Amino acid sequence: MDDGTTATLDELPVGAEGTVVEVRCERAIARRLMEMGVLPGTRVAVVRVAPLGDPIQLRLRSYSLSIRRQEAAGIVLSDVRDAVTAPAVAERAPS
Amino acid sequence: MIAAPALARRPRIALAGNPNAGKTTLFNALTGASARTGNYPGVTVERRSGDWRLPGGLEVDVLDVPGTYSLSARSPEEQVAVDTVLPPDGPPPDAVIVVADAGALERHLYLAQQIIDAGVPVILALNLMDEARRAGVQIDAGGLAKALGVEAIPLVATRREGIEALGAAVLRAIEAPSVDRAPEPLDAALAPYVAPVEAWLASHRPSDPPAVRRARALWALLSLGDDELDHVEPGLRDAVTTAQRRAADAGVNLDREIIAARYARLDEHMRFVVSAPSDRSASWTERLDGALTHPVLGMLVFAVVMLVLFEALFRWSDPLITGIEVAVAWTQGIAAAALPDGPVEGLLVDGVIAGVGNVVVFVPQIALLFAFITLLEDSGYLARVAFVIDRLMRGVGLHGKAFVPLLSGFACAIPAVMSTRTIESRKDRLVTMLALPLMSCSARLPVYALVIAVVFPADERLGFVSVGALVLFAMYALSVSATLGAAAVLRRTVLRGPRPALVLELPPYRWPTPRNVASSVWRRVKDFLVDAGTIILAITIVLWALLSYPRSESVSARFDELRAAAGQELEGDALAERVAALDAEEAGEQMRHSAAGHLGRFIEPVLEPLGFDWRIGIGLIGSFAAREVLVSTLGIVWGIGDDSEESAPLRDALRDARREDGSPLFTPLTGLSLMVFFVLAAQCMSTIAVVRRESGSWKWPLLMVAYMTTLAYLGALAVQQGGRLLGYG
Repeated sequence: MDDGTTATLDELPVGAEGTVVEVRCERAIARRLMEMGVLPGTRVAVVRVAPLGDPIQLRLRSYSLSIRRQEAAGIVLSDVRDAVTAPAVAERAPS
Repeated sequence: MIAAPALARRPRIALAGNPNAGKTTLFNALTGASARTGNYPGVTVERRSGDWRLPGGLEVDVLDVPGTYSLSARSPEEQVAVDTVLPPDGPPPDAVIVVADAGALERHLYLAQQIIDAGVPVILALNLMDEARRAGVQIDAGGLAKALGVEAIPLVATRREGIEALGAAVLRAIEAPSVDRAPEPLDAALAPYVAPVEAWLASHRPSDPPAVRRARALWALLSLGDDELDHVEPGLRDAVTTAQRRAADAGVNLDREIIAARYARLDEHMRFVVSAPSDRSASWTERLDGALTHPVLGMLVFAVVMLVLFEALFRWSDPLITGIEVAVAWTQGIAAAALPDGPVEGLLVDGVIAGVGNVVVFVPQIALLFAFITLLEDSGYLARVAFVIDRLMRGVGLHGKAFVPLLSGFACAIPAVMSTRTIESRKDRLVTMLALPLMSCSARLPVYALVIAVVFPADERLGFVSVGALVLFAMYALSVSATLGAAAVLRRTVLRGPRPALVLELPPYRWPTPRNVASSVWRRVKDFLVDAGTIILAITIVLWALLSYPRSESVSARFDELRAAAGQELEGDALAERVAALDAEEAGEQMRHSAAGHLGRFIEPVLEPLGFDWRIGIGLIGSFAAREVLVSTLGIVWGIGDDSEESAPLRDALRDARREDGSPLFTPLTGLSLMVFFVLAAQCMSTIAVVRRESGSWKWPLLMVAYMTTLAYLGALAVQQGGRLLGYG
């Protein structure tokens, strides 16, 4: 947790995953996300990015969810792991 | 044979569940042909119900609750599901079947747990068991049922597996004596904020059992604050606002605490679900997604699918539409021959039969579009369409799901407006619905074709391209920019709201079932025929009357004389030709004397700055029936009687048409101005009728007519006056 692997969800490269710490979106969106299981403690993986760069596809609780980067930026993660290779998250952060 | 003598009325069973849980398939399997559709009052949510005969013979009503992820609501549309389970007045359903996807149980159990906690008898339908098994998920249904305190029935709704067992469980639930369930357990941290809301509810709804009171209190705390709900008691609102403010002051995130506590309980239940550590990347869905959302291949597939959809709407529907038009003309011919000339004949032939034709003619495109959309939706691809194209739509404040409706608008706004139902958010749906009639539909093409042929000679070229082709292209470009611009403006003005977000589930790919497709197509067609169809029929009759009455006796008498004279001079083919020409000429003169003719003259001063005269005004009135009717109306007004945009006599007549001062009426500038008017105007009663149906009130179609007419007038005015300033025309 304190090993420097904190990031927001929009910064994750494809294949990486992390544990939700906080959902900092507008109330209506945060509530919808939380009701769909995006809660502190939930493990979320970034599966892929849409062809035009946005939105992104997530995998959590045995299902796939798609949100825009703007919302993803409000989801704070800890314990971030790159699934395959492990370069620093920040280096591969999309614009 | 009566299983539950205690019930004086038929038991009511509600069918609830998350989207993509297979709820519609189960509903169709349970109710078959008995399904009835309607609308919930005040909202645009479809209400479906049907009959189901349980094992043992008891008949129950099954109500299909709109798909929802939870029992909280920001909009009246979302509130419909809440009100089914927790009715504001009246009894709750006798049992609720909660349909869950066995393969993604954790999230689906959230809603189930909420409904169970609301104290209603619940049967958990573990649907899509086959898919879950294939994915390596094993569920101890018995253990799960015990933990939840309800029955859990494994199901494969597409193959009707488990339906009998579900029926038996529902019967047991109905017959069981009602017990008051314990309220949803409350975290100590939450109690101080829930208690005052419950206290208010206790004094205002004293008959609610404790479980219902708690469910209502938690609903209120989660839903109220940033909502658009009406019919919420002000006292309850005040209690909630106070509790929310106190929680915020104490640094407690109420929403998160309530939702997280529920998921924490679900985590307990998940020990009855074992997922084999399967290689998910090998799954069909994963492999297909790899291709279908691939930057190159994905876009290619997307383009092909949209092209096929387009082709279906334009070309596959064409023979069917032509067939309907031929059948209508044939019926009109029979009726005209059978009836004596006079007002009754006119009313039946040109009012009623034409009106029925005006309605039925939309059925092929509606049926094709909904067959397509249901296939795309049930297969899971529609969600991918939204995923792939969302980035483009975001720029104008629209949702990825608005793409298919907008694209369909190129063919016809009627099915396109109906297809906005796939968009969940009400505001997103209204923006799409109100903007898409600006997409240049196929009914505008005959108008462009006629006007271009009249004012731009076919051999006039600009480099390689004919001027006509350039003008046509410009009209389509104008229509697309106007649509996107209108959407952006609507988003920022009348339909302003919280920033639209995309929270889109991407369900696993599944085989669509023919039964669901057929049922969806049939429902849409029926809705259209019943609701929009009656309005279209009524307006057709009104338009017919406007264009036909009053008749001028002196004109009739004069043409009777002319025909009699022709009968003396000519015979055979020459006579028939002469009489037909006289008939067409008389029809033109009569139309000029009709109410629409007077109306045309009355609005001429308003149309004059656009370059239109009163005869074009009559055409505009007639084209309200459908845009392409402009062509035949102009044909009648000019006494040609020929009604095709290909008609050479009509083109010549329009080219030769003169204003009162002798100058030509159809200058290139007036032609352009007329086309721009048709791109932008809400010249279509059927669109208005269908927007009324889909938006649930007259307010939205009236707003649409107002803004589009203004836009059309200003657009045409700018072309005509701007052109004159620049020295054209």
